[in-house]
Amino acid sequence: MPSKATIDRVQAGKDQLQFITCGSVDDGKSTLIGRLLHDSKVIYEDQLAALARDSAKHGTTGNDVDFALLVDGLEAEREQGITIDVAYRFFTTLRRSFMVADTPGHEQYTRNMATGASNAQLAIILIDARKGVLVQTKRHSFICSLLGIRHVVLAVNKIDLVKYNKERFDRIVGDYMAFAAGLGFTSVVPIPISARYGDNVINQSDKTKWYQGPCLLDYLESIDIQSDVARQVFRFPVQWVNRPNLDFRGYAGSVASGSISAGDEIVVAASGRTTRVKRIVAQDGNLPRADAGDAVTITLEDEIDIGRGDLLARPNERPEVTDQFAAHLIWMDNDPLVAGRNYILRIGTRTGVAGSITAIKHRIDVNTREHLAARKLSLNEIGFCNVATALPVAFDPYEVNRKTGSFIVIDRFTNRTVGAGMIAFPLRRATNTATAF
Amino acid sequence: MQQSGCRVVRSCLLLRQGYRPKRKRCAKWHLTNNNSVSKKNHMLPKHLRRLEAESIEIMREVVAGFKNPVMLYSIGKDSSVMLHVAIKAFYPAKLPFPLLHVDTTWKFREMITFRDETAKRLGVELIVHVNKEGLERGINPIDSGSALHTRVMKTDALKQALDLYQFDAAFGGARRDEEKSRAKERIFSFRSAGHVWDPRNQRPELWNLFNTQLLQGETMRVFAMSNWTELDIWEYIMLEKIPVVPLYFAKQRPVVRRSGATIMVDDKRLRLQSNEMPEMRMIRFRTLGCYPLSGAIDSDATTIEDIVAEMHTATVSERQGRLIDTDEAASMEKKKWEGYF
Repeated sequence: MPSKATIDRVQAGKDQLQFITCGSVDDGKSTLIGRLLHDSKVIYEDQLAALARDSAKHGTTGNDVDFALLVDGLEAEREQGITIDVAYRFFTTLRRSFMVADTPGHEQYTRNMATGASNAQLAIILIDARKGVLVQTKRHSFICSLLGIRHVVLAVNKIDLVKYNKERFDRIVGDYMAFAAGLGFTSVVPIPISARYGDNVINQSDKTKWYQGPCLLDYLESIDIQSDVARQVFRFPVQWVNRPNLDFRGYAGSVASGSISAGDEIVVAASGRTTRVKRIVAQDGNLPRADAGDAVTITLEDEIDIGRGDLLARPNERPEVTDQFAAHLIWMDNDPLVAGRNYILRIGTRTGVAGSITAIKHRIDVNTREHLAARKLSLNEIGFCNVATALPVAFDPYEVNRKTGSFIVIDRFTNRTVGAGMIAFPLRRATNTATAF
Repeated sequence: MQQSGCRVVRSCLLLRQGYRPKRKRCAKWHLTNNNSVSKKNHMLPKHLRRLEAESIEIMREVVAGFKNPVMLYSIGKDSSVMLHVAIKAFYPAKLPFPLLHVDTTWKFREMITFRDETAKRLGVELIVHVNKEGLERGINPIDSGSALHTRVMKTDALKQALDLYQFDAAFGGARRDEEKSRAKERIFSFRSAGHVWDPRNQRPELWNLFNTQLLQGETMRVFAMSNWTELDIWEYIMLEKIPVVPLYFAKQRPVVRRSGATIMVDDKRLRLQSNEMPEMRMIRFRTLGCYPLSGAIDSDATTIEDIVAEMHTATVSERQGRLIDTDEAASMEKKKWEGYF
């Protein structure tokens, strides 16, 4: 192949889609991912040979190759035949590169599902065609919705085991649509598949002639995920102050949303001080502008007090700044959340924030979405809480901005990550800062 | 071994003398007054820009959140990309951490030459560490077997070096697409005192909100290149014109067949058997390590563009050439428990 063609092909580039797969243990998630990896040819011969060996040893598919074993990485999982942690997988087609978070279906591993969902733009929710919409399906859908996923593929799997029956498929889709109406999804696309035999995964199946929609991979390649963050207002959490000598002071960080150009006016959210962007510095020269997702270093016209943890914005589009807010909280530790106890919070690049959950307003039943009274939150429970911080912090509601509306809770003694939060709204404005304009 | 622009500390020699070497930070900050506007980065396709930005964010997070980080430098293609991205991340400042190469003394000679040239060219601090005790006991990949050699000369050596310099965070270039147990690895991989990795006790990692808090004696391994694939690495090397060890390019080289793999005769230590006759073959390497453990592939790819084109049609994984992974089932997972990177 001529080298020019190779360079052109690479430079034409592609975008990336991050998605998660969720389903209960036996819905065939791992099999589906194994199938996508296999059929999009990212599994190499030596891996297939290993897979054939493993299938003979641990497989559950008789003489067939067990695709789930491609994904179930750790020894313990192979022995138990379940997935116990989040695994990240990669495959690429000519149009897109994909990063898949394979997340467990067991109830006690809700925290892993939330982890996989936190960076995903789309969720594949698997349903066993024989069983229909289950409690787990509802739980997974709710967690996806809570974590801000707006696009769902409803993969009705094992369609081969219901004899490719259209009525069965339609009934499941109907049940799911009725349930998902309140979850805020922008799109829900149902596809009948058989992960084991490959129907409607990479290729259109001739066994489901009644199905006119796209096969799974076609859909994943073509869905418009035109990232919302590009259209959002500018947010820049300062990550690190680059000060190699007295002549240079740059603010390094990744643009969380929106974009910024040299000369634009900015405000430091917490202090209210304003200045202008002087340069956007990069090794190859200065950049005219930086967009959402870019990791850059900016210099400012005026020397104002800015450090790690500060949030930069445009003066007419300021974030909230307050020391009390309401948030959804997913508890992730064996020791339950105790209201009033002190924890360490991390919000954006602001680390080591002393804070406490002052009140648990209610707990949410992940299966029914019912609000229940609660005095504590145990592992994998989700609550709606009031949070107080020792100092005012800058944020946006999570619904508006996933990057600036999320936080984690860290235990002060063990340093474990014990909770993940999504801010709903401020409870009062901070009185000691200049937020008015 | 002092060279202008970089410091190479050979800690094995210093170890024998029984004192902790002092490291001096490079004081030579490098600045630019260049006000020209760059177009180059926009030449990178979207998925590579995104991966680069993600890695930069992770690297800055480490420098902001830890006291004494280090970057593991294995001389391979992933390390080359990691180092290239790191220099971008901290520009115009110099790299705010040293590189550490754990030398088993069995690397290809061209790797060592490339390592020292790279440190000199980029003006970065390079620490080379050898497990002196293992060396004295004569541990080697041929007589001791790859498992023992890897544990003593790589895993133990790495732990020695981290303890010696008291690094609290160490960057590694491992990628999730390399191997099954890597696929479950966190970006910030927590190690309790003694460098123990427990896959059941890893911190949940949500959004980009990494938990960098450590107690005394605990450390973090940080995989800044987690989400890159082998193809991404080569495409990036091609577009960014990053120098890599020449062994990645096909050339006539002397090889023998051993244990089903094509092994390059890099020096006399390979000790040829009576039935082994070195022959010249057009070969290259997809991964580099200790030369007796690195299998070559037949290839005509003499340029980066050739390699990328070859990658697009490859049918075996890069780890196939690694003899150390096939020791036993789940061998990578076992090594990781022991503290391997």
